[in-house]
Amino acid sequence: MHPGMRILFFALTAILTAPAVAAPIRVDINSGIAQPLPIAVPAFATPAEASTDAGGTTDLGARVAKVIADDLKSSGLFRPIDPAAYTTQVTLPDVTRPQFANWRTVAAQALVTGTVTANPDGGLTVGCYAYDVFSAEELARQGFVTSAAGWRRAAHKCADLVYSRLTGETGYFDSRIVYISETGAKTKRIKRLAVMDQDGASHRFLTSGQNLVLTPRFAPNQQTITYMSFEGNRPRVWLYTLGSGKQQAIGDFPNMSFAPRFSPDGSNLIFSMSVGGNTDVYRLDIASRKLTRLTTQSGIDTAPSYSPDGSRIVFESDRGGSQQLYVMGADGSGPQRISFGEGRAATPVWSPRGDLIAFTRFGGGRFSIGVMKPDGSGERLLTNAYQDEGPTWSPNGRVILFFRSARGGPVNLYSVDLSGQNERKVPTPLDGSDPAWSPLLP
Amino acid sequence: MSQRLVILPIVTVLAFSISACATKKKDLPPPPPTAAVAPATVPAVRDPNAGVGTTGVQSANIPGSSADFVAQSGSDTVLFPYDSYEVDDEARTILGKQAEWLARYPTVRITVEGHSDERGTREYNLALGDRRATAAKNFLAAQGVATGRMTTISYGKERPAVEGDDEAAFARNRRAVTVVAVSG
Repeated sequence: MHPGMRILFFALTAILTAPAVAAPIRVDINSGIAQPLPIAVPAFATPAEASTDAGGTTDLGARVAKVIADDLKSSGLFRPIDPAAYTTQVTLPDVTRPQFANWRTVAAQALVTGTVTANPDGGLTVGCYAYDVFSAEELARQGFVTSAAGWRRAAHKCADLVYSRLTGETGYFDSRIVYISETGAKTKRIKRLAVMDQDGASHRFLTSGQNLVLTPRFAPNQQTITYMSFEGNRPRVWLYTLGSGKQQAIGDFPNMSFAPRFSPDGSNLIFSMSVGGNTDVYRLDIASRKLTRLTTQSGIDTAPSYSPDGSRIVFESDRGGSQQLYVMGADGSGPQRISFGEGRAATPVWSPRGDLIAFTRFGGGRFSIGVMKPDGSGERLLTNAYQDEGPTWSPNGRVILFFRSARGGPVNLYSVDLSGQNERKVPTPLDGSDPAWSPLLP
Repeated sequence: MSQRLVILPIVTVLAFSISACATKKKDLPPPPPTAAVAPATVPAVRDPNAGVGTTGVQSANIPGSSADFVAQSGSDTVLFPYDSYEVDDEARTILGKQAEWLARYPTVRITVEGHSDERGTREYNLALGDRRATAAKNFLAAQGVATGRMTTISYGKERPAVEGDDEAAFARNRRAVTVVAVSG
């Protein structure tokens, strides 16, 4: 079982009011980052060393700080200072009253301190504090109560707090990624459903590899995954329930169904079905199993994705001669082509903020991940490679994950900032493709 | 902050934290309605590339067998141009011979597999493979093969016949393969 236990938040009691002054330091995430913000994240202190199922609290204090620093670094917006450069250790009193002079000497502009406390029930309380070093002001504080196994999630929550306070955006670190783990020769590739934390931790395989599986996507509740499986040589859409591990085909349709996604409220699936060489988009009401055909044009209509308010659907179609993006009402009404320009546009996915659509653009032997507004304006390409494909959004709509196939080489997950900067390979145990990012965990 | 927070004073938190590990199991959607009509015969699980490259030396093919089908038809595979499902002259010749063989063995069932090369997006290639399998199936039907004997399946770009990342390899992977079902 994933450490998907509930994390309780609480306001640390000592806090009086949030600082009313304008934030003295701010990370601008829109202009691209010339200079990531130097930040210190010393090991969290413990009021009393105690052993837990996840280790001693002193050791956990160091591991929590490392997870936070790694999260912040991965965003490209922060530059955690090497702990070896620190001139001081943070003791318990320092957590709430830092000696700012010590942090100015290592040129930290922001400081994160905290506590790890063992609770009588075997769980942990993690306290998280953020400071502006130069103005010597507290920026934020928050406490998290979790089981011992959930310590990483508490660290991600703390990183989200710091990110949110310094950028003004919601964080995204306490989230998960479902993807397809790949291995073996191309001609008999073994593909398995796999899930991991956003930072690659807590990795586990969900299927054995016996059946070819593709394009997993999270339900809004993060407990269910829809995907395509070739089980029984009948390629169709399935549901996987995390926790129980239950797998279930969504219906006994005689034709291939594929490219599934959930509606924002989780009550419907949209996907493609191919009937006699013609592929259309359908909606399935999960509770009643009522199936509704949403497109009727001849051609390949596929890769549908809802707008976050559920009112519209973006999809790709070759009805005009080549793959292009179209937006229609959620009932299939009024389809309008939104992509133009050179080459093809495919695999659209609506940002959770609603303001952009990410997609795959290709032509002339190169592939890019791009974004455009839902009316098709403002197109920007963020990557360019032999083959980039299949974007998915971070929960806050600031980072895009996709997969990259090198010519004759490996297939890997990559992430890129919405600014086009901070392109990074996301490490996975084997090759990886078809990523989908979860919403923020509750 | 916009997350759904449970914000509690610290004293209460300690009391509640005992239950914090409980994972809430969501209700499962109801099972699908049972099919009134059984689906078309489901072929046994098989590797679609089993036998690739081994169709050469067969000293004595059993009439009506898979190997006999390949030997008599010239090939079990027809190729397609880039992003096309047009059955060209060469493909017509092969499919015509396949139809003749199938006329001689009217109880044999087949599955037509559609495939694409790797240079395209995954979902589109699944649909393109379906187009190719359907095009080959329709041609066979036009030659008199009963549609009830034929099923199609698309593998998209998931099961190339050959590895390789040049046009020669891509051309060999854009294909429809007629597979004789192993009779039970």
